[in-house]
Amino acid sequence: MDILTWTYILVGLSFALYIGIAIYTRAGSTKEFYTAGGGVSPLANGMATAADWMSAASFISMAGIIAFSGYDGSVYLMGWTGGYVLLAMLLAPYLRKFGKFTVPDFVGDRYYSNKARVVAVFCALFISFTYVAGQMRGVGIVFSRYLEVEIEQGVIIGMAIVFFYAVLGGMKGITYTQVAQYCVLIFAFMVPAIFISIQLTGNPVPQLGLGGTVQDGSYLLDKLDGILVDLGFHEYTSGRKSVTDIFAITLALMVGTAGLPHVIVRFFTVPRVKDARLSAGYALVFIAILYTTAPAVAAFGIYNAIDTVAGKPVDELPVWVENWQKTNLIVVDDLNQDGVVQYLADPDQNELTVDKDIMVLAAPEIAELPNWVVGLVAAGGMAAALSTAAGLLLVISTSVSRDLFRTFVPQMTEKTELIIARVSAAVAVVIAGYFGINPPGFVAEVVAFAFGLAAASFFPVIIMGIFSTRMNKEGAIAGMVSGLVFTLAYIIYFKFISPEANVSENWWFGISPEGIGSLGMLINFVACFIVSKFTPAPPEDVQEMIQDIRIPRGAGKAQDH
Amino acid sequence: MPTHKEQMKKYWKRNIRTVLILLSVWFIVSFGFGIILAEPLNAIRLGGYQLGFWFAQQGSIFTFVVLIFVYVYRMNKLDEEFDVNEK
Repeated sequence: MDILTWTYILVGLSFALYIGIAIYTRAGSTKEFYTAGGGVSPLANGMATAADWMSAASFISMAGIIAFSGYDGSVYLMGWTGGYVLLAMLLAPYLRKFGKFTVPDFVGDRYYSNKARVVAVFCALFISFTYVAGQMRGVGIVFSRYLEVEIEQGVIIGMAIVFFYAVLGGMKGITYTQVAQYCVLIFAFMVPAIFISIQLTGNPVPQLGLGGTVQDGSYLLDKLDGILVDLGFHEYTSGRKSVTDIFAITLALMVGTAGLPHVIVRFFTVPRVKDARLSAGYALVFIAILYTTAPAVAAFGIYNAIDTVAGKPVDELPVWVENWQKTNLIVVDDLNQDGVVQYLADPDQNELTVDKDIMVLAAPEIAELPNWVVGLVAAGGMAAALSTAAGLLLVISTSVSRDLFRTFVPQMTEKTELIIARVSAAVAVVIAGYFGINPPGFVAEVVAFAFGLAAASFFPVIIMGIFSTRMNKEGAIAGMVSGLVFTLAYIIYFKFISPEANVSENWWFGISPEGIGSLGMLINFVACFIVSKFTPAPPEDVQEMIQDIRIPRGAGKAQDH
Repeated sequence: MPTHKEQMKKYWKRNIRTVLILLSVWFIVSFGFGIILAEPLNAIRLGGYQLGFWFAQQGSIFTFVVLIFVYVYRMNKLDEEFDVNEK
């Protein structure tokens, strides 16, 4: 069977599976809609968290980014895993004990202020919307590349699927579809990685293959360093960015991860505090499988691309190069007409342009794997995008129905709230789809900055809310606002107002806009601290609540008001 | 017989200590070995890996996983000791 047929079969089967699960597990109450009734096992929640967390960008693009940036790509590897340590030790158990449904819930109750709650809702909505637009775009791209439909149609099909199971199933439906999606995506990522590792290094474990030897007996990484330097590029295993900037970006990504609302809410779905801790551990295991394989896929991919294409005659290139030239993801342009492909750092002489996404998308073909593996990768990319999109849509709908409507119209019935939740999920799907079809030029950039904003707004306020009994609402609001405004202003200045000034000489302390969230976080902490010193302590009952969330016993299931 | 309140204060102190110890390891492997000390550590080899590079792309992630499970184990013990565990 050809690639297209396999792709249709595998993607179709995976969709049927998700829809089946959604119907079987649909939500009947707000509690089930928001937190799956609080009865998800830590293992299942770990898997769902991993699928929720790993987006189209992790699955499709990350390996390629690392392939072209070498050591500098480590910021994503450490940044997007290290945050789970913070989440497990500083946030998840306490927020689970707190026992409400959302992050703005916690901020509003802990800081006894609807103003703080609204600021938190605004942050949650902003972060989630920028993120979800990127996911819908990812769905569209996977569709168009593999199923040969237009991106627009791809996005609409994706919208229909997500609409169906997020709106119908709520958190309960999403959780169990995410478990299935994790299995699909990890299988799809690992199969090509294992085969390429065997072909290149003889070792079936990609994590070991990366440190292994290639056919001529020299170490893969040493050889890669040598080849890249010969071609005029930077060494693979050392960085170009300054140590300060790498430090700041990694910190912003870690802290941002721990502050992302769609990740935090996942820990509201397990029955007990100890399950929340354990489930963060499981989540990181499932994430680490992909995140320790990705750097291997990256190095194998760039090595293979150079080895099989660079310096080869233009009319004797491998079949996969021809296939992917059609999509413009790989472009060969014989500038000097000598019939040989030159791959060089100098842009005036370079004749080979490779898109970062190719490292994962074309991996099965580079490794000459059977056609069904190609279909599998398509289903995997789709699973990654859909699972993340669904998690984000839930945060959006919950923010609207619970944090806004419930706060200001407290007398509404549970049934009305559930309807509002479903309608806002539906509206959010449509808006996300619109931005997926007509992406504003800055979507990709904004997604990267969502982390900085989460780091500078939510993280310090939640941490202080748990670890300091003295922190009050004045401090929290001052912190959130100053952290957010500072980070946003820095990003907007360097990215949109004067992009030409965006060079390391002009950055404060040598920190790029990508890493500025870590400075924003410090500003938030300092503002919290100073303002709270000069304003009254929180009321007695709030201080008691803080004492209470520090002790695991008595968590019970997620409580309604 | 210490009061309940004093007990809980003690529990919280022990909790903070556990977390601080584990987070220092978290900091040392990622920001220490993987970033600040990556350059000098690269002089040491781990098979085909340079050690600093290995910490940045593999070692720190493995350590993170272990840290969370150590935390889970320690906290379950602590909860039991202070009788605040969930039934």
